[in-house]
Amino acid sequence: MTTFAHELKASYAFMERNFFLTRRYWGWEIAFLVYSVAGALSISLIGADQGSPRLLLLLMVGAIFWNYLSVVFSWIAETISVERWEGTLEYTMMAPIRRWSQLLGSVLYAMLYGLIHTAVILVVLILFFPQLDFTGANPLTVVAFMLLGSFSFVGIGMIAAILPLLYVERGAQMTFVLQSCLLLVSGVYYSIDILPGWMQVLSHLSPATYVLDGVRKGLIDGAPVTALLGDVWPLVVMGAVLIPFGLWAFGRAERYAKRTGKLKRVG
Amino acid sequence: MTATVLGQQKIARPNALRGAGKAAAIDTAVPALLVEGVTKRFVVGRKRKPVVAISNVSLRLERGDIVGILGANGSGKSTLIRLVSGLLTLDSGRVSVFGFDIERDELEVKRLINRVSVDAAFFKKLSPMENLLFAARLYGLDVAGAKREAVAILGRLGIGEKRVGRPIEQMSRGMQQKVAIARALLTSPALLLLDEPTTGLDPRSKLDVQTFIEELRETHDASIVLTTHDLDEAERLCDSITVLAGGRTVVEDTPAGLIAAEARRMGRPATLHDVFMTHTGRSLDDDVEEGEADDIE
Ligand SMILES: Nc1ncnc2c1ncn2[C@@H]1O[C@H](COP(=O)(O)OP(=O)(O)O)[C@@H](O)[C@H]1O
Ligand SMILES: [Mg+2]
Repeated sequence: MTTFAHELKASYAFMERNFFLTRRYWGWEIAFLVYSVAGALSISLIGADQGSPRLLLLLMVGAIFWNYLSVVFSWIAETISVERWEGTLEYTMMAPIRRWSQLLGSVLYAMLYGLIHTAVILVVLILFFPQLDFTGANPLTVVAFMLLGSFSFVGIGMIAAILPLLYVERGAQMTFVLQSCLLLVSGVYYSIDILPGWMQVLSHLSPATYVLDGVRKGLIDGAPVTALLGDVWPLVVMGAVLIPFGLWAFGRAERYAKRTGKLKRVG
Repeated sequence: MTATVLGQQKIARPNALRGAGKAAAIDTAVPALLVEGVTKRFVVGRKRKPVVAISNVSLRLERGDIVGILGANGSGKSTLIRLVSGLLTLDSGRVSVFGFDIERDELEVKRLINRVSVDAAFFKKLSPMENLLFAARLYGLDVAGAKREAVAILGRLGIGEKRVGRPIEQMSRGMQQKVAIARALLTSPALLLLDEPTTGLDPRSKLDVQTFIEELRETHDASIVLTTHDLDEAERLCDSITVLAGGRTVVEDTPAGLIAAEARRMGRPATLHDVFMTHTGRSLDDDVEEGEADDIE
């Protein structure tokens, strides 16, 4: 077997294991899905309440795509913390695989899981608001931005995943805070123009800002991707920088953890 | 190593073939494990001075042998195992596994070793089979074959096929430890690192595990490093013993050699316990004051 095939097989190991976990925790999965649907629905209802189809759509896009991005982000960011929690981290680190195959497995599972999760929410919302009119929407733009956004979120997820390697206890908490900050500055439910100036600086650093802007313009105004290059290039740049950086940083963090004994100390 | 002859005396059913094969291998082949002057320090907290967990330790393990690492809590046994496992980096010294350097030939070494730690580390909500399947895929094993093998190993350890599908958290500690051993064996490691595999087990499980290790050395071509708290276990299973205290090797020899020397010194029949007392100044059950117990996860 070639090395590459072996590594892909290892990636699949992580996907399958995550699937096993999802299956075992199916009760929680359903509870979480209901929570996500209810959250998206109640936020969208604010738009319906205001009698504004446009606001309804703006909020709906925010709720749905934030859900997708945060689900992808957390699966990747928890790659390490879950194993630390269960105590399996040392065993995984001992396996004869390259780190990228581990991360690739986590990423692919995260995206698959995120897509299914988000599709369910989308279907419920469309059924709930039959008055919505998508005739003018540009689906290609929506798909393009979801894909582009995934790359950047994978990069950020990887960097977040490192934190539990560096900080045994605080790492997972930092990841959580990072995610919350992304929610705040990315204009998920409002225009970033209303944020204080210093926050807007952060908005421009968050890939979610561009994803949401692009998806909204594609879905509501029917804008083609070519008309949204201002949202495209930051995502391309962030993806191209963050993913290699994430991989590099992961290697460094692993080395640091092995030097200082942060992988595990008891036993 | 003189342990070949002694080892055979110790085992109830000595395997003539194994002995012959080993004798041939001893002179020509590289050792299963070679640890040369290894040191590892930990800095915990900014102001405290570093803890020297392993200090200039050397070790040589021939193929097919079992070396026992004895030491009180905090003497550095697990740190040594982790250094060999590549889970900690070396401050100084060298470690090679079947001639492969653990730093330079990282992936090759990883394919050759596996480890069982004192805590059975699993995804507790998943079943033994799901956990083992994950390990099998990480080591690039054929999945159908690995499943059969897993059932066989678990069966040999007394875990029936019915149990392999239920969550690990529903199993006793003894059972979990057996699954951990199965996980390690599944990948057919040439060097098996057992870090207190029987500590905290009920007497029955403990005996099962010991018997299994004994069987392993006879039937598999595995070389084993075994850390333990149990002197009888060490005497029964090991070809040679290294005693650690405060991260240093204080004495090493075959179990019989250690006991004979101690008997000469004391002028009466001795036990491994006497050996341990003499060389470390304490009983194996005394706990060493740990640097900082408070920052353990
Ligand atoms: N990851 C770590 N971080 C800091 N100190 C550690 C770590 N691992 C071990 N130590 C310290 O090194 C010493 C040896 O520990 P260890 O190897 O676990 O001993 P044993 O396994 O023999 O009980 C102890 O003082 C312990 O506190
Ligand atoms: Mg230990």
